[in-house]
Amino acid sequence: MNKKPDKKDIAKAYGKYAKGFTPRPNYVGNCLKAFFTGGAICMIALWYQNTLQDTGLSEKDAGIFVTVTLVVIAQLLTGLGVFDVIAKFAGAGVIVPITGFANSMVAPALEYKREGPVLGVGANMFKVAGPVLVCGISSATIVGIIYWIIYRF
Amino acid sequence: MEYLWAFIIGGAICVIGQILMDTTTLTAPRILVIFVVSGVILQAFNLYEPIVELGGNGATVPLPGFGYSLAKGAMEGAKEGFLEAVTGPLKATAAGIGIALTFGYVAALVFNPKSPKR
Repeated sequence: MNKKPDKKDIAKAYGKYAKGFTPRPNYVGNCLKAFFTGGAICMIALWYQNTLQDTGLSEKDAGIFVTVTLVVIAQLLTGLGVFDVIAKFAGAGVIVPITGFANSMVAPALEYKREGPVLGVGANMFKVAGPVLVCGISSATIVGIIYWIIYRF
Repeated sequence: MEYLWAFIIGGAICVIGQILMDTTTLTAPRILVIFVVSGVILQAFNLYEPIVELGGNGATVPLPGFGYSLAKGAMEGAKEGFLEAVTGPLKATAAGIGIALTFGYVAALVFNPKSPKR
């Protein structure tokens, strides 16, 4: 019975001890890098969307094509091993845009590739993307049901 | 002007993510989940729509934009009926999820893991 709190105390003390050695991140520099890379990705996406709309696509369809293109580029770069290099520099600048979501599908899948195409690649694609899809879709479905009830009554 | 707003809003959302990464012990998957769910919740109260109108792709390309399309699909479907409300979120994002899955699977099968350059 007494063991549990003891272990917790040790873990806490160790956390404090280890904190002294972890280098403090350069907050301002990281934020600036994230701001500029994230902003640049969004600006390029907008330029691409405008170009597509000029060819006659509707705004909605053009938006879908932009998302799809960003996803494909990010997954290609992940496969080539370039995405990690960019992510190391840009941090959240490439992780928060949809590119990070695309990367999070391929990266763990590659890591577990040795376990086979089904249980290795297939299962691990959802290691990060799974929670995102589950939480996102289920919360959106709940929103939809609530709105349906509101519209009905 | 349009481009400037896309740059500022997209950049600002990424800075929020960077601050979360640097100052908290939250791991990347949790941050992604927080962003998507906050996009859904903001849009549920119609709060994300004005950001999209102002920032365009600056608001739709980051992950809250994914939550925004999910919620928007649900809300538009809810006007038509129960089934449409439930299929709405997936319908709105089907192309993105479908390509991400298919191309991601192919990419993972084609490429071999590389150790990152240090």
